[in-house]
Amino acid sequence: MAKAARAEGNHPVVFTVLVILAALFISPILIVFMNSFKGRFYISDTPFELPNSETFVGLTNYTSGVAKTGFFQAFGLSLFITVGSVAVIVLFTAMTAYYITRVKNGLTSALYYMFTFSMIVPFQMVMFTMTKTANVLNLDNPVGIIFIYLGFGSGLSVFLYSGFVKSIPLEIEEAVMIDGYNPIQSFFKVILPLLKPIAITVAILNVMWIWNDYLLPLLVIGSEYKTVPIAIQYLKGGYGSIDMGAMMAMLVLAIVPIIIFYLLCQRYIIEGVVAGAVKG
Amino acid sequence: MQKQLKKYFLFFTIPTLLAFAIAFVIPFLLGIFLSFTQFTTVTNAIWVGFANYAYVFTDPDFLQALWFTAAFAVVSVITINLIAFLFALMLTRGIRGTNVFRTIFFMPNLIGGIVLGYIWQLILNGILYRFDATLTVSPVYGFWGLVILMNWQLIGYMMVIYIAGLQNVPRDLIEAAGIDGANRLQTLRNVTLPLVMPSVTICLFLTISNSFKLFDQNLALTAGAPSKKTTMLALDIYNTFYGKSGWEGVGQAKAVVFFLMVGLIVLAQLLITRRREVES
Repeated sequence: MAKAARAEGNHPVVFTVLVILAALFISPILIVFMNSFKGRFYISDTPFELPNSETFVGLTNYTSGVAKTGFFQAFGLSLFITVGSVAVIVLFTAMTAYYITRVKNGLTSALYYMFTFSMIVPFQMVMFTMTKTANVLNLDNPVGIIFIYLGFGSGLSVFLYSGFVKSIPLEIEEAVMIDGYNPIQSFFKVILPLLKPIAITVAILNVMWIWNDYLLPLLVIGSEYKTVPIAIQYLKGGYGSIDMGAMMAMLVLAIVPIIIFYLLCQRYIIEGVVAGAVKG
Repeated sequence: MQKQLKKYFLFFTIPTLLAFAIAFVIPFLLGIFLSFTQFTTVTNAIWVGFANYAYVFTDPDFLQALWFTAAFAVVSVITINLIAFLFALMLTRGIRGTNVFRTIFFMPNLIGGIVLGYIWQLILNGILYRFDATLTVSPVYGFWGLVILMNWQLIGYMMVIYIAGLQNVPRDLIEAAGIDGANRLQTLRNVTLPLVMPSVTICLFLTISNSFKLFDQNLALTAGAPSKKTTMLALDIYNTFYGKSGWEGVGQAKAVVFFLMVGLIVLAQLLITRRREVES
């Protein structure tokens, strides 16, 4: 058996196939990177050629793209909204899920089913009415949208936390209650630290979604405040052709931070996706 | 314990419930109500019964989008899951560099839909340009463009879930099948596949719901061109709401139909595949 496993491990055909596939998978990103250094008029015609002395323009695309889109403000805003939303989601939905899992009555099970139900409802169903509600309640600003994200994102998060809370033995809480902790102390000092693995999953799944979200921030906070996806979409503009040079540069600026984030937290991201899928 | 905790309902649940009500419950119920009315600003709604719904099913744009989305979903759900499963099979054989391959295949999933759309617009137009065509010349190009894009984005994600499933298949069952004289294909069909059915359930759920809800990628890649022929359901609903004033009621009715359709398809799929799951 050991021998067979070793023979499999060095399978040269499968290895070669994987190398080719990996190269194919990475090439779109490399092509965009390569084109971000070319003059705008060369990009559409010859996207697969390396920049040469005629087509190379240095960092011009980057400087004009940043100026046109206000990229750094957009980046700051995306960061603020994502970090803020994920922080409130991770904390508040943990508390909610803990309560509705531990206290069993008609109300809590109704809530549980409502949260689960919300996961299959497409955004378009609430798109218009949610935007109007946010307007009326003055939530149509970068701080208010965090509250909207907490609400719209709570379904998945409550669901994931609930599954995990069920696996924590009740005895632990009973023991600390006997020691004189009230439920609030017991939650923050004992339960919350135990929830850490699933909290990381919840955080990762929400970061992936909120950072890349286009429509919700566009409709709720609109053109006054642009997140990264909105800033990029604005490059297309209403009339005429896109400045392809600026577009390529902005695509690179949008992708690079994600790749760095991914390479740093890779293990957590992949584990988080698996944990999220198993529960979902 | 439960009794003590019970008194803390407001403390544990109020932030999430308030946000959930504002961002989901109220917009959802209001959305159902408004689908039976004609309105432009919510406050001026006039009851029109099923008139909006009658219009939805005779609207050529909606029917075109429905057909396009359904065809897209069928093709991409099949290709994504087949390829992802093959990738997962290759990456569970202990080949060297497995983690590097996994990292690369998963990466596109972290890039947002708008950025994905423009990356593939560049590449596909670059290829089509050699044949004197562009993505917007024929809806066929847009269709396959979206399929390729979606495959690039989701294969890695589904692969990770399939890998987790494959790793849970007990090694001795595979060996036992081998001793009983089953060949590789028979083992795969009769032993491995039934045991990874939970992963299949999740992957089908995720790919089906993502295919139906696709918006950002659609907007960035073709925005529906040529002449709305590549408009998918989510984009058609958006265009109805924000493209023509006075049609908001019809847009909301489309959204309700869309929600019911996605919900029913996903539920049916879950019921069917869940039944095929077995315990190892």
